Amino acid sequence: MRTVTEERGVIIGLEVHTQLSTASKLFCGCSTDYREDEPNTHVCPVCLGLPGSLPVINRRAVEYALKVAKALNCRVAEECEFARKNYFYPDLPKGFQITMYDRPIGTQGYVDIEGEDGEKRIGITRIHLEEDPGRLVHAGEGDRPKYTLVDYNRSGIPLLEIVTDPDLRSPKEARRFLNALRTTLEYLGVFEGDREGALRVDANISIEGQNRVEIKNISSYKGVEKALTFEITRQRGMMRRGLGIERETRHFMEARGITTSSRSKEVEHDYRYFPEPDLRPLRVRSWLDRIQLPEMPAARRERFMVQYGVSLTHARTLTGELRLAEFYEKVAHVDALLAATWVADTLLGELNYRDQSITALPPERFEALLRMLKSGAITDRGAVEILRRMLDAAARHEPIETPERIMKSLDLGRDNATDLMAMAAEVVSSNASAVSDYRSGKREALNFLVGQMMKRTRGKADPRELRRVLESILTSG
Amino acid sequence: MGDPLNAFITACDLPPLKEGRLSGLRIAVKDNISTAGVPTTCGSRILQGYVPPYDAFVVELLRAEGARIVGKTNMDEFGMGNTTENSGFGPTLNPIDPRRVSGGSSGGSGAAVAAGMADLALGSDTGGSIRCPAAFCGIAGHKPTYGRVSRFGLVAYANSLEQIGPLARSVQEIATLLQVLCRHDPRDSTCRNRPFDLVPTGEIRGVKIGIPEEFFGFGVDPRVAAVVYRAIERLEELGAEVIACSMPSMKYALAAYYTTCMSEASSNLARFDGVRYGLPVDHRPSWHEAFREVRKRGFGSEVKRRVMLGTFALSAGYYGRYYAKAQIARDLVREDFAQLFREVDLIAGPTMPTIAFRLGEKSDPLSSYLADILTVPANLAGIPAISIPCGEVEGMPVGLQLMGRHFQDELVVDAAYAYEQARGCER
Amino acid sequence: MISRKDVEHIAELADIGLAPEEVEEFTHQFNLILDYFEILDQLPAEGGWTRTDTEDLNVMREDLVVPSLPQHEAIMNASAREDGFIKAPRVM
Ligand SMILES: [Zn+2]
Repeated sequence: MRTVTEERGVIIGLEVHTQLSTASKLFCGCSTDYREDEPNTHVCPVCLGLPGSLPVINRRAVEYALKVAKALNCRVAEECEFARKNYFYPDLPKGFQITMYDRPIGTQGYVDIEGEDGEKRIGITRIHLEEDPGRLVHAGEGDRPKYTLVDYNRSGIPLLEIVTDPDLRSPKEARRFLNALRTTLEYLGVFEGDREGALRVDANISIEGQNRVEIKNISSYKGVEKALTFEITRQRGMMRRGLGIERETRHFMEARGITTSSRSKEVEHDYRYFPEPDLRPLRVRSWLDRIQLPEMPAARRERFMVQYGVSLTHARTLTGELRLAEFYEKVAHVDALLAATWVADTLLGELNYRDQSITALPPERFEALLRMLKSGAITDRGAVEILRRMLDAAARHEPIETPERIMKSLDLGRDNATDLMAMAAEVVSSNASAVSDYRSGKREALNFLVGQMMKRTRGKADPRELRRVLESILTSG
Repeated sequence: MGDPLNAFITACDLPPLKEGRLSGLRIAVKDNISTAGVPTTCGSRILQGYVPPYDAFVVELLRAEGARIVGKTNMDEFGMGNTTENSGFGPTLNPIDPRRVSGGSSGGSGAAVAAGMADLALGSDTGGSIRCPAAFCGIAGHKPTYGRVSRFGLVAYANSLEQIGPLARSVQEIATLLQVLCRHDPRDSTCRNRPFDLVPTGEIRGVKIGIPEEFFGFGVDPRVAAVVYRAIERLEELGAEVIACSMPSMKYALAAYYTTCMSEASSNLARFDGVRYGLPVDHRPSWHEAFREVRKRGFGSEVKRRVMLGTFALSAGYYGRYYAKAQIARDLVREDFAQLFREVDLIAGPTMPTIAFRLGEKSDPLSSYLADILTVPANLAGIPAISIPCGEVEGMPVGLQLMGRHFQDELVVDAAYAYEQARGCER
Repeated sequence: MISRKDVEHIAELADIGLAPEEVEEFTHQFNLILDYFEILDQLPAEGGWTRTDTEDLNVMREDLVVPSLPQHEAIMNASAREDGFIKAPRVM
């Protein structure tokens, strides 16, 4: 059965806002490192919009935007220019947002992703720089706030807006695009994806022949897929009942996983754009020649397969996040394939389960664990247990003990492992014919030997583990 | 200190930070220039109570050169006017005839200097706001080349047109003040590194001065024209070469100017919402209601008119007809000047078409706008322009306007100095 | 020709409250002013303000952090404050 989201006729385009990881704001020298701090402590006359203040462009923000333009295969015009987008809201201290309008940084780029039917190219309509508004906190009970509290620490943080062509065909594709985009931005070193609010998405979605609906302000990767899935179900439901889809803007309620109509009458906003007179135009296309792109995810994936011999699936997973790839490369020297399995499958699974980031675990600790696994000093199960202990300690912000210590304190594995080794040696010596079959290339013979060991352990051992122990003896012996 | 002319909105006494070229001088600063710790209202009720936490760059420069800042001068609200009658704090009267206006929008600065309440003053000039009060009050006032003086701390009315500049009783003092003010400031992206380097010589022999016929049309009082013609003859006697010329784009200049300044103002003034500073916003109604109400209470009629017309000129469906066309006209004006400056070194004409208006005379907005026709071309093109006294009509001063090439403020000032010296000897 | 309705619409767009007598007055004045602006209709639709010359391009600052205002200075001019936040009317 096809699920509703896989039906044809869904057209999705995304507008992605990403905070660039500069040290100072886009138009003033205030620090961008505001997340842990008191409200209104990272502000100055410029980002507070005080009368008489003037913006000055942060060179690094422009460099970063050009880097992204290059990585996303965009065209960069001879000249680009900031403009004012006029609308009145208390998070916008000047009553307008400085953004780019008809002369953005880049246009007509693309990103290749894994689509529903193989590799797929998603067009990038445009990318441009703009300033982030402040942050609003709605005070008062529930749905009826009494007033608003404003913190301008976020005001003026450089945002890169990336707009896709309406090329996405399912919520899953949208999610994949975002993952690919995030990875690219992280590889470029211009974005820190796990900072709160570092990425916000507006999605346009329509079902063939129907009006387009805009979903505003989705603030997580998972949220995008959820919001779009909900919206497709809602729109199909409407259509089944013979109702048309209204052209409107909806808001995604992250907590409830639904979109709601913003109820405002859908007035076309008139932003009255005009060139920002306080800034000079930029003529920076020539900078592109000087920009050296780092190894990008696709290239790194290829290299992992060649250099480490890992499978495509593992290579894709390991390169899907910059820090994961870097982590893997730090521990791969122990045993590239063993490390790939343990990083991509076991470690990543444990991290996702706990909502932890790869930075939680020092690579030296993991490297030690891999060494113990490789030498057979520890069982797979024991290793997983140790890994969990280490991650738990990290979550509690406690020092992480070495795997050896944890093993000793829990009395994990060693005897067990030695037992297994002894048992395997016995099975090997008492089943000479199966062993010679195996050595002459009959791989199935290994299954027989594993079965013999399973008998002896009365089925309590992990067959994968047994297979590895047997293999290590057979190949060395 | 009494202030019968209502030249000041706030009196203050900011002492010099060290000795320098302005030591011993009292300077009045227009109230749209930010002064740390001293209220800065822009002549608007909407900024009542606002005390900036920072100094404009020019204020830092003045105090570092020994100047004492004695007050913040009255002005048309946000610079929108040429009479100071649009101030939220009452008009500034003309020191020569208190039944007349002091000009605007830097009328308080003009009156304070003319009446001797300050030695020098800073004004700002978006479409004539330094030159008009200088002409009406009988003093000198210079609008520098766009980009010569930092706008950091100047509350924006029309960013692409305006400059801070000096008002003084003598051209020599204008030169001194320009030496202090023309400094590069990395906080203003439109400010260039072009120090003002001139000790006035008064030498004008061989300088070619163009006289566009249009500067004597457009409702210029014939008596004012006659006084200015005599001044130009005087320059000719001093050795300048006077050349009749024409500036066809003048017919578009005023419409282009007003469309541009209103458009920019509609955006610049959106920040006055009573939330972060100024007239307190009412927190009970919803945002848009409260915002609308603050602007209703805080802005005077002229500000409302310009913000609304500017909003209109930028709005969907009208942008092409108004804002975009105004920028095309602006380029024509620039090209006309560029053309003329291939033939001549300076352009001369009256500053204002008439002498100072009587209070209340310009109650109709359009007739008030029309009085800016001779000053706005310099702002549209970004070129330097000075106004110096050159005679009288009905006992009221008449201003001679001299305009020059981009970043040739020195030549403009030196020619003005030559005229002033010659006139001084005559009297 | 600008009507009262147009003036009210522009006031809405500009978010400016007007008294009834202002609507009347502005309608009359706007017509005079916009009639005057009609001179711009004579201009060609092509071209525009040249914003650049070579000296003037790529004005930027380095990505350096400079100290921000102390919190009390940042919020001292606000009409109301709460726990370091600036208070504004409700937006929802
Ligand atoms: Zn700042």
